[in-house]
Amino acid sequence: MRIGVVTFPGSLDDVDAQRAVRFGGHEAVALWHGDHDLRGVDAVVLPGGFSYGDYLRCGAISRFAPVMTEVVEAAGKGMPVLGICNGFQILCESHLLPGALIRNDHRTFVCRDQRLRIENNRTAWTSAYDENAEVTIVLKNGEGGFVADEATLDRLEGEGRVVARYLDGNPNGSLRDIAGITNERGNVVGLMPHPEHAVEDLCGPGTDGLGFFTSLAAATFA
Amino acid sequence: MARYVVDVMPKPEILDPQGKAVLGALPRLGFAGVTEVRQGKRFELEIEGEASEASLAEVIQMAETLLSNPVIEDFEVHVEGDDAAGGKHKA
Repeated sequence: MRIGVVTFPGSLDDVDAQRAVRFGGHEAVALWHGDHDLRGVDAVVLPGGFSYGDYLRCGAISRFAPVMTEVVEAAGKGMPVLGICNGFQILCESHLLPGALIRNDHRTFVCRDQRLRIENNRTAWTSAYDENAEVTIVLKNGEGGFVADEATLDRLEGEGRVVARYLDGNPNGSLRDIAGITNERGNVVGLMPHPEHAVEDLCGPGTDGLGFFTSLAAATFA
Repeated sequence: MARYVVDVMPKPEILDPQGKAVLGALPRLGFAGVTEVRQGKRFELEIEGEASEASLAEVIQMAETLLSNPVIEDFEVHVEGDDAAGGKHKA
């Protein structure tokens, strides 16, 4: 499949995400924030970083980047979209996902190998994992505290839309230890940790993140 | 030229780590007795023409779509130096 990776001004992990896409067996297509063009891709990754310098709020300016008009429209038609870290923040600001991400409760940047439980393996991006698989991938964020009102949190839990949950302690104050969520359809996933940094043994905590990039193929050929 | 002010504050139930950091710093500087600090943002917008219902409505729309995130923030809009014309709008 052809998977687009959007580069915004201030994106940091776009090249790593492209590399992870290729490790997952796909063609990586560079997309530019200023273009009203998805170049015919089959799926989109919004990578981590500090798009637009995190000015105003994380993801608040990026949400209105030209390419996001196309991403929102395509997501509405079912195109798989994965937002990692800053990408997750952009998806929340775009209202493709509920809730918001605020500054870590302990006020310091966190960077560590984080254990997670993949609680929903029915999304476009997590089908390669066993249900409740426990994985370790990199977490690095300053504003990763997931918040939403109680009714929204209950709905996310009730509908099985919590994709990943933090294990071994809450790293950033996220309500109910939520590390990632999906939309009702399961094609849009937002994730605070970085699976693209855990796709090869040479560096990082292992290859547990690879599943996010092989799931699309698994879903297609299942 | 009308000058609108939009004040954006984190909702009361949302944790405000920046406010907490300021709250922690004040006693260290010798300011005693502060029990709570909440940190928000203030936007000053200059709009062509006189203040009007129409331009107020537009500023409210700006506040809703870009200046604040209604999931985590509340905002107030007022016309600077002329509370009578625009009044205060809370959301």
